[in-house]
Amino acid sequence: MKLITHNMLTSKCLKGVMTGYPLAINATDIKVTEVDFNPEFITRVIPKLDWEVLWAAANSIGHGEGLPKTLEPKFEEDEDLLKKVHKVLLEVEIEEGNLTCPESGRQFPISKGIPNMLLTEAEVQ
Amino acid sequence: METPYQNHIDKADYDHVYEPAEDSFLLIDALEKDLEYLKNKNPTFCLEVGSGSGVVITAFGMAFPETFCMSTDVNFKACVMSKQTAAHNKVNLETCNMDLAGSFTDNVFDVIIFNPPYVVTDSEECGGSDITASWAGGVKGREITDRLLNMIPKKLANNGVFYLLLIEENIPDEVVQIMSNYGYKSETVIRRKVRNEQQLVLKIFK
Repeated sequence: MKLITHNMLTSKCLKGVMTGYPLAINATDIKVTEVDFNPEFITRVIPKLDWEVLWAAANSIGHGEGLPKTLEPKFEEDEDLLKKVHKVLLEVEIEEGNLTCPESGRQFPISKGIPNMLLTEAEVQ
Repeated sequence: METPYQNHIDKADYDHVYEPAEDSFLLIDALEKDLEYLKNKNPTFCLEVGSGSGVVITAFGMAFPETFCMSTDVNFKACVMSKQTAAHNKVNLETCNMDLAGSFTDNVFDVIIFNPPYVVTDSEECGGSDITASWAGGVKGREITDRLLNMIPKKLANNGVFYLLLIEENIPDEVVQIMSNYGYKSETVIRRKVRNEQQLVLKIFK
């Protein structure tokens, strides 16, 4: 699971959970693989992200180095920043670990890089 | 659009995951027919719900290298296979073991694709997470589809487009009506008769 995916996952389907966002990450196995850098894509995706959630998630797994807590306007002109965002969004992958709902504490295992968000019928809103 | 390489898949795995068939390829053909429209959209995020072997989302990813592709499936084995199919074809795919699209934040996806379990069965037969879940659709073959239809306004981005495969027994006119109530238009992109099954792909958009 990449952090771009984490940025759009919630546990709000759980009964009694209001936002379920962001999920806390506990990573036991992280792999970094090279992905072709596409500055146009990164520039297009940044405004669609919750930046603070990305920043906190990257730091929580030890890959936040060099990421600013808040984005400057005209970030698209800063190629160094775009490369850092590219790495943290697309190259860093959580292979094993789990995600935790911030409200209920319910854990969702990540195995083979795939988060298991399945709920039992009794857990659903 | 190119057909993804699939020879890496062990045939025995198709005991657990839906093997690509005419319906999968009709969906790819529908996307190909709409290629210009989709290219103009320049989608950032594309989601295939219930991706099975991953052949459809991989074909999409091959045609749209600048779109971030994601897939879900209730069957973990299908999630693994989707990821492998994408990787063999050099597509970056993120996969979540999830019921439909329920665990995603709102209005993210520019394109959503769904080849649902559409076979008309008893209600009891549908809703599992094994191979039966890939085809058993319950009443009108629509029980799973209707659940996703109700999620579409929340999951599709503004200006997003949803491609849905159906058969005549699913009563496509009712689907068009449901989506019309949510403010969406529907068009039939392609239809094909396969043995005794009339398959079609609806394009649903605003």
